[in-house]
Amino acid sequence: MPVTTLLDREIHVDDEGFLTEYDEWDEALGAELAKQIGIEMTDEHWSLIRFLREDFKEKGETATTRRVQAAGGVPTKRQFELFPKKPAKKMAYIAGLPKPHGCV
Amino acid sequence: MRRLLVLGAGTAGTMAVNKLRPRLPQPEWDITIVEQSDTHYYQPGYLLMPFGTYRPTQLVKPTARFIPKGVNLVKGEIDAVEPEENTVTLADGTTLPYDYLVIATGTTPRPDQTPGMAEEEWHRSVHEFYTYEGSKALAEKLKTWPGGRLVVHITEMPVKCPVAPLEFTFLADSFFKKKGIRDKVEITYVTPLPGAFTKPVSAKALGGMLDARGITLEPDFMIESVDNEKKAIVSYDEREIPFDLLVTIPLNMGADYISKSGLGDELNFVPVDKETFLSKAHDNIFAVGDASDIPASKAGSVAHFAMDLFPDNFVHYVEGKEMTEKFDGHANCFIESGGGKGMLIDFNYETEPLTGRFPFAVVGPMPLLKESRLNHLGKLAFRWIYWNILLRGRYLPIPSRMSMKGKVLAKDA
Repeated sequence: MPVTTLLDREIHVDDEGFLTEYDEWDEALGAELAKQIGIEMTDEHWSLIRFLREDFKEKGETATTRRVQAAGGVPTKRQFELFPKKPAKKMAYIAGLPKPHGCV
Repeated sequence: MRRLLVLGAGTAGTMAVNKLRPRLPQPEWDITIVEQSDTHYYQPGYLLMPFGTYRPTQLVKPTARFIPKGVNLVKGEIDAVEPEENTVTLADGTTLPYDYLVIATGTTPRPDQTPGMAEEEWHRSVHEFYTYEGSKALAEKLKTWPGGRLVVHITEMPVKCPVAPLEFTFLADSFFKKKGIRDKVEITYVTPLPGAFTKPVSAKALGGMLDARGITLEPDFMIESVDNEKKAIVSYDEREIPFDLLVTIPLNMGADYISKSGLGDELNFVPVDKETFLSKAHDNIFAVGDASDIPASKAGSVAHFAMDLFPDNFVHYVEGKEMTEKFDGHANCFIESGGGKGMLIDFNYETEPLTGRFPFAVVGPMPLLKESRLNHLGKLAFRWIYWNILLRGRYLPIPSRMSMKGKVLAKDA
């Protein structure tokens, strides 16, 4: 498993740069990850990221855009506006969670 | 007396009662199965019917014929499960009590969940092939369709038989070539996935096959609506893809009674342990086949491999013993590639579809992830196997857990 250094910390990530250790994340790191992919974080962005973190803790899985809409109360359209093109992937990346699995 | 109640007599439910009846002694165990349809459909046939390979009548048999003696078949629509009372209520008001419940009501295409999909153009220029009626209507449409822009589209994962949309695309290419109108048809394959398929090795192989057939791939497309006036599909990031004929795979959802009963996730699939199918919320409820949320393909082959393990587990469980048989997510699928050829893939939770041979190294005889005539014949032979062996719970000599025999590792491919 690759290790990278962000904010002078050693971070475990997968091949695509998604964090693999839930507890290595904090909001400072989230802000840094957001900067890397060009997302300017607002309160609305953060409330979604916090939802994903909490939901993962409870369910053990990264929420899909559908779940963020159903359980998090943010319409898919809005998710696309906040995290353009690939909201599910971008939200997971910033939240330090595994990419939501597209099942085969 | 102990009561086992099975909901749904599709592929998984029918196999379950056939395998459990001989394992659960009578009269101590009463087994009842609830089904709303008098007809059992051979669903793999829905893919081929639009191209005239099967007549509709070849795909249907009476539900009751596959329910073994000693199992009560109740016809009815399920209204709700009351897990605290251990009862199931049917739409006609009948209440069925249970000690153990097995949910096997599968997944259903839901065009109503995408704005504009099931409206004016439904069954005119907007079609689907995941239902008997839909597949029949598409067969009629294709008989006279003069050509134009064909868009094959997946709404959202998971979908039942995830390779079927690709197969449909390959078969359509072959169908139009045979008809002599391939030059009049522009084919686009639209998917919410980043590539032709989910996993790297197969996405590359299958993507190459789209290229070779002059089919355009439109990845990462999350549909927002179907525009009936413009005849176009529109994504959340405002891409528009116009069509003359749209063949869409609508959103797949579990049955509505599941959410009504508080048993499902956002898509009405029942959260279960992925190795044993025991509900995460109730210790006397299982969900098998497509109805569960396991991260495997929603497909008959998965239901079949799972049903090699589930019956023994169930018997152990009701005796208060541990469930020792752990399901690994094994699936294998024939993939029709057109022109009388097919491919075969074999995979599980951990191992992506790889190249090689199946079921044995070198001698095969079936090549994996590669086109061959034999794989196509395997697919056609499967209809007989389904009716005569699988549903009746008889033995089929393919191991239920995936084997690495004959497979070529991704790094060596």
